[in-house]
Amino acid sequence: MTKLHRSIGKFFGVILLFGLSAGASAQMTINGAGATFPYPIYSKWFDEYAKVDSSVRFNYQSIGSGGGQKQISAQTVDFGASDGPMSDENLARAPGKILHIPTVAGADVVAYNLPGNPALKLDADAIAGIFLGQLKKWNDPKIAGQNSGVTLPDQEIVIVHRSDGSGTTYIWTDYLSKVSSEWKEKVGTNTSVNWPTGLGGKGNEGVAGQIKQTPGALGYVELIYAIQNKMPYAEVKNAAGNFVKPTAASITAAMTTAQIPDDFRFSITNAPGATSYPICGATWLLVYERQKDAAKGKKLVEFLKWALTKGEVIAKDLDYAPLPNDLRERVLKRVDEIKM
Amino acid sequence: MPPPSRVGDKVFAWFALAMALAVVALVFLVGWQLARGSAVAIQKFGLRFVTGSTWDPVAENFGALPFIYGTAVSSLIALIIAVPLSIATAIYLTELAPSWIRHPLVSLIEMLAAVPSVILGLWGIFVMIPWLRSFAFPLLKKIFGWAPLFSGPIYGVSMLAGGIIIAIMILPIVTSVSREILRSVPNLQREAAYALGATRWEVTRIAVLSYAKKGLFGAVILGLGRALGETMAVTMVIGNTPQIRASLFAPGYTLASVIANEFTEATSDTYLQALFEIGLVLFGITIVMNLLGRLLLRAIGSTSATRAVQ
Repeated sequence: MTKLHRSIGKFFGVILLFGLSAGASAQMTINGAGATFPYPIYSKWFDEYAKVDSSVRFNYQSIGSGGGQKQISAQTVDFGASDGPMSDENLARAPGKILHIPTVAGADVVAYNLPGNPALKLDADAIAGIFLGQLKKWNDPKIAGQNSGVTLPDQEIVIVHRSDGSGTTYIWTDYLSKVSSEWKEKVGTNTSVNWPTGLGGKGNEGVAGQIKQTPGALGYVELIYAIQNKMPYAEVKNAAGNFVKPTAASITAAMTTAQIPDDFRFSITNAPGATSYPICGATWLLVYERQKDAAKGKKLVEFLKWALTKGEVIAKDLDYAPLPNDLRERVLKRVDEIKM
Repeated sequence: MPPPSRVGDKVFAWFALAMALAVVALVFLVGWQLARGSAVAIQKFGLRFVTGSTWDPVAENFGALPFIYGTAVSSLIALIIAVPLSIATAIYLTELAPSWIRHPLVSLIEMLAAVPSVILGLWGIFVMIPWLRSFAFPLLKKIFGWAPLFSGPIYGVSMLAGGIIIAIMILPIVTSVSREILRSVPNLQREAAYALGATRWEVTRIAVLSYAKKGLFGAVILGLGRALGETMAVTMVIGNTPQIRASLFAPGYTLASVIANEFTEATSDTYLQALFEIGLVLFGITIVMNLLGRLLLRAIGSTSATRAVQ
């Protein structure tokens, strides 16, 4: 009997020790959920921030913007994340005032597959015409007219769009709604829409896969995805009439010139300004203005400030576009207003 | 000696009953939850939901007919391809194959069942689709191009591609179940047929297949159940376009795929409700198909019985 009892005693002793040591170094966990587009940069931020403040740990689930909005409204997470701003209807339903904190921005690029993959230039008319199913051939004058010197084949354009609901589609349809009244009326803006034409691919990888394999294909993917996969993408004519290549700088330029309201629920597609890329959008963190848990709220505010200053520098390394300085100052001021 | 206690038996019987009832309860709970989640959509759209063919999340106008059509057609294609292949494989394995072929073949087929859906989907995108687009589909079009089923432009991603992927996915289960059923045919049957001077083919046809008919049909129903619900791999190759086209080369969409695609980013209530209702429709179709299968099974059973009497 003694042997058994002794080992049981030891077992409990060990458990007790573990319990004590765990209690001593208790880490606070801040939970978040939402958008998939900023997931790589957010996880990088949480990693880096662990070195700054080891007493807090972030747990982020990239379940999609819809889930992020739902969970912050239901208060099952400490912060939400979304690629599109919340609607008035959904905001009204939340138990408290929710702030939109823009973090970084990205762009949709027009990727294509043509023999030799020449550099292409496209304007709003051409893009809207293609996606409305009115421009059917590559050598249509509306495309060829802007690309003198490029021989475009007499081939049908195979259009590829996202089939899954996504912030990428939201940005894309938001842009088309702004530049084409016909699109706005027939299709509209959303994370998924009733497409007039084209094939649906699941995720950036699904769209990219179909473009790469189908001669004559054209579609939209995230800039970051196109860069990492070395896909050719077009320069797009912006509102000022210049052809602009999508880069972190031209996205930040769009945020500089766009009209941004005080609740930060903005759209930066088709922004004015000579160097703005027209098809881009920001992503937001969603937090309550009045934090229920003072200790957690304080840590969250500290993190937000770090992310908007130091974090923005890291963003560029991962090809995300940082906020322009004046917008950042405005957002930081708002973060200061979060009450415990 | 006192008689053995019956307490254990009773406990076991009650426990087993509770478990069996839990499964039934689970089915009802799923159905109830789906109905509750889509109550508003059911009220708002009524029958239009299953007859309408517009799926417009912006205008919040939802009709699921193209998805129902896509699920039915892709599953049908899958059965047309997979059933003959599976049953022929099962016959070969039980009636003809020497054991040095049988054992590796059986484990290979079972391994196919273990391939994750996403992997098959990726294989579909990068290997199957290019092959279909540049070789198989043009060939089909050349031979059968006069039929509306094989006309129109070829993109690769299509209803037919979706059906082929599902066929690959249900092949292992239909084969395994069919094999078990053929194995359970008593040897007496075969010996009796041989004794009457039947050839091998006749033995298989008369003694084995007609005896196992009912069970084989059950295997097909099991395969259909899986086919209706396949999601990931199908989504990756079917083209995700909610439309009803005669051509199998045209892209389509299935009920399971649209849920997987749109659920995560749906923010408005009506939209979510509509997706829940899609789930309810899929749930209903699966149950109805299974019930129909059972009824058919009973019908087959009675015909073979009457034939035996005659």
